[in-house]
Amino acid sequence: MSGPQLREPLIEVKDLYVYFYTYAGIVKAIEDMTFTIYKGEKFCMVGETGCGKSVTSRALANIVPSPGRIVKGKVIYYRDGNPVNILELSEEQLREIRGKEIAYIVQDPSSALDPLYTIGYQIVETMIDHYTVKDWKEGYKRAVELLREVLMPDPEQRIKNYPHELSGGQRQRAVISIGLSNMPRLLIADEPTSSLDVTVQAQLLELLRRLVREHGLTLFLITHDMGVVAEMCDRVAVLYAGNIVELAPVDEIFKNPKHPYTMGLLRAVPNPQADIEKLEPIPGTIPNLIYPPPGCRFHPRCPFARDACKREKPPLVEVGPGHYVRCWLHAE
Amino acid sequence: MVEPLVHVEGLKKYFPAGGFLKKVWVKAVDGISFDIFEGETLGLVGESGCGKTTTGRLILRLIKPTAGKVLFAGKDVTKLRGKELKAFRREANIVFQDPYTSLDPRQTVFNIIMEPLKTHGIQVDDPEGFVTKLLYEVGLNETHLYRYPHEFSGGQRQRIAIARILALRPKFIILDEPTSALDVSVQAQILNMLKNLQKKYGLTYMFISHNLGVVRYMSNRIAVMYLGKIVEIAPAKTLFENPLHPYTKALLASIPVPDPEAARTKPKIQITGEPPSPINPPPGCRFAPRCPYAKDLCRQKEPKLKEIEHNHFVACWLY
Repeated sequence: MSGPQLREPLIEVKDLYVYFYTYAGIVKAIEDMTFTIYKGEKFCMVGETGCGKSVTSRALANIVPSPGRIVKGKVIYYRDGNPVNILELSEEQLREIRGKEIAYIVQDPSSALDPLYTIGYQIVETMIDHYTVKDWKEGYKRAVELLREVLMPDPEQRIKNYPHELSGGQRQRAVISIGLSNMPRLLIADEPTSSLDVTVQAQLLELLRRLVREHGLTLFLITHDMGVVAEMCDRVAVLYAGNIVELAPVDEIFKNPKHPYTMGLLRAVPNPQADIEKLEPIPGTIPNLIYPPPGCRFHPRCPFARDACKREKPPLVEVGPGHYVRCWLHAE
Repeated sequence: MVEPLVHVEGLKKYFPAGGFLKKVWVKAVDGISFDIFEGETLGLVGESGCGKTTTGRLILRLIKPTAGKVLFAGKDVTKLRGKELKAFRREANIVFQDPYTSLDPRQTVFNIIMEPLKTHGIQVDDPEGFVTKLLYEVGLNETHLYRYPHEFSGGQRQRIAIARILALRPKFIILDEPTSALDVSVQAQILNMLKNLQKKYGLTYMFISHNLGVVRYMSNRIAVMYLGKIVEIAPAKTLFENPLHPYTKALLASIPVPDPEAARTKPKIQITGEPPSPINPPPGCRFAPRCPYAKDLCRQKEPKLKEIEHNHFVACWLY
């Protein structure tokens, strides 16, 4: 880990708003989102279903799916030190960045691979498109190396396989090698192991850690699992209903959580290493984002809610070095 | 010796998997035996495809076993027919993983909960009051009586499914990944509710899950399955503090622990590879191809489940 004063930003998200225009109404998926990802770090975003973590990651590459729209905000990407706003680039310029400088690994490896092409073809295709290799022959050689790097068993044979011939874990390894094929600066992994078994998950998480260490990648990991957060990250942003409610170094989040939602989340997860008498659930359910609660979006479920919480949205304030919280308990 | 409520012996289920000249079988459950005692929760853990759900369905006789028997309160479930089978269905029930498909979308909550009573020909004096009482038991109320499933969140639907089962006053409930489709903040609510209901009605549970944290929280004893076999059974605390089977050890070491400091220092006993196909399981111990301690014997002969210490059973040649 490098000292905080030496950190160079790689991506800065500023005041991002993403809305989904559905028949039922406007879903305010993300509001007032601001954060920075620094070079070489492992940055995590954690939250429950519909909190906007996947949408945020997609906004980074300007691939928010319809009917979603980025309403306002900036995504500044430091390209060799020069800041560019990803949201203002042309499609052509974006294509140069996507898949080459910013790679994306999705949750479901089966839908990320084309069933009609071999694994090898799909890995090489990415490199040919971005001129990383000079021809297909060199590409296939490189593909075998990549698969070996992600610990795919018997890679010379596997490049000839079609996706349906591989297991879930092997498919995810293939997707990861496509992501790595052009040596990206930023690797966005959206729940990369959620569809896999724990023993396979452990292998893949270890692999991602090694790749970050050895290749100087920056990792932006999205997960709903506090265990994965603890094992993988340097810094964490906790999302609730489209807002960052807390952002801090990983040890701070677990040892010194400040937001009532973070505290609740930590108490609600059964820790396999401890004998727990009683879990303390968070009452209620996640709000509907077409009509989000006024003020702080967590107030209807918050045990500490006061009048101010119902009226006005709290700002994200720094309460310790690098530790930010969006809560009226800490705003004064 | 206390009589177990559920006694499973040599239970097998093979599914046909095609094959042209020679029939091919998926050995989903391949000879398992265990007991579940009244009032306890037996956890059943394992990775996808290891046969956990098939085991649950076999016990309730939702599917017929290839071999073996299941005794429920002394009676062989696999041989029940007609009236006796119907009576068994009243006493033993299941909560499914997906609350979005297990409720009829065209029925109101009232009808959904009354349905099993109609099936079993049970009369109640005040149906509305009866259902309302059940709704309160699961944390809902009378305003929900005449709503439809789509108006509820996943957690609430799971509550409705549980109320429907409680209507019959069962003794034994199989919980098949009841919270896997739910968010963690809601999961804890459902788990606590299940624990309270168990205490109140003296229910016996079999809790099937792949989430070891949840299983530890819910269970008195835990059985670990691998590729159609039970490899270890022990009291929950013992299993987590002193796992014996190499697979159990690997499984426990693989769970991400929600504590960054512990995560940095925890021992890395990682196993490589993935579970092999249950169509042609490896001979001998099924875990042998992935096991770091495998010897020649392991590849030839299958280890039997053996009691190593009080209540702690392991199927491994190391012991």
